[in-house]
Amino acid sequence: MKRGLVLWVPLVVFLAIGAVAAWNLYSPSDRLIHSRLVGQPLPAFVLPAALPGRATVSRADYAGEPRILNIFASWCVPCIAEAPQLMAMARRGIPIDAVAIRDRPQDIQMFLSRWGDPYRNVALDADSSLQLSIGSSGVPETFVIDGSGTIRFQHIGPITDADMARLIQEYEAARVPS
Amino acid sequence: MSRPDRLFMIALALAAASPALADSLLPPTEYANKQLADPRQEAAARELMHEVRCLVCQGQSIADSDADMAGDMRNNIRRRIAAGESPQQIRAWLIQRYGNWVTYDPPVEPLTWPLWFAPIVLLGAGLFLMRGQFKRRKKKA
Repeated sequence: MKRGLVLWVPLVVFLAIGAVAAWNLYSPSDRLIHSRLVGQPLPAFVLPAALPGRATVSRADYAGEPRILNIFASWCVPCIAEAPQLMAMARRGIPIDAVAIRDRPQDIQMFLSRWGDPYRNVALDADSSLQLSIGSSGVPETFVIDGSGTIRFQHIGPITDADMARLIQEYEAARVPS
Repeated sequence: MSRPDRLFMIALALAAASPALADSLLPPTEYANKQLADPRQEAAARELMHEVRCLVCQGQSIADSDADMAGDMRNNIRRRIAAGESPQQIRAWLIQRYGNWVTYDPPVEPLTWPLWFAPIVLLGAGLFLMRGQFKRRKKKA
């Protein structure tokens, strides 16, 4: 009798492996790469200003009030889709800074004049070094950074209307020290 | 449609298809495709680049990828190796930001124990079963 039971073990193991494979095949997968720096201080960085007559973004700006840091690029199509949402947030008085990835000043200028300019300060990250140092893996991405320079929230991909409530809520939550 | 015609139409369709324009206009960064002058440093950088996963083309290493971001990561790694950082330091820096996922050489830790030890355990179980079978056969003989 005991031997008979043992014979079933390989079949059970096989079915278990098959079930795991089938489950992962059909369940929606999360291929987003979340930054592990959420909850950690924003690393120090030095970037040039992206536009003449416009301040650059610096680590020292994150003192006192929470700010939003938008990672974008003029060559990034989804960045156009989130422009109206960023404009709406700027109109509410939320300070938004931008870092333009692998971009050129004239292209950034054109992008902002076409799709709106919701930004306070704009920095240029020509070699993606800031992007790598904050654990971002694409454009657009949006970070909420609190008044002590701690990264509190990361939104990956374009901000849609549906994402607005969450982002504003995270921004308001960043007013309270963690 | 006859066969040559169909082949021609497929070729035409492929020629007309253009990739989505979602790439930067900037040329690759300096060390994206340029080797370091010191061959020892270049070898160290290259070894690391082969085990770091590309973030935008998941499933390729940054050494194998043509993506802009992979080029920027190669540039970043080469520059830092040239500045004297060790590959271990750079790998740890990347893992701190992107998690173990970013390396093709995951560290041995509780979460990855099955990954490392399951083959050994399964092989052991197989040997054990085999031994049982052989013993039984010997008795019969």
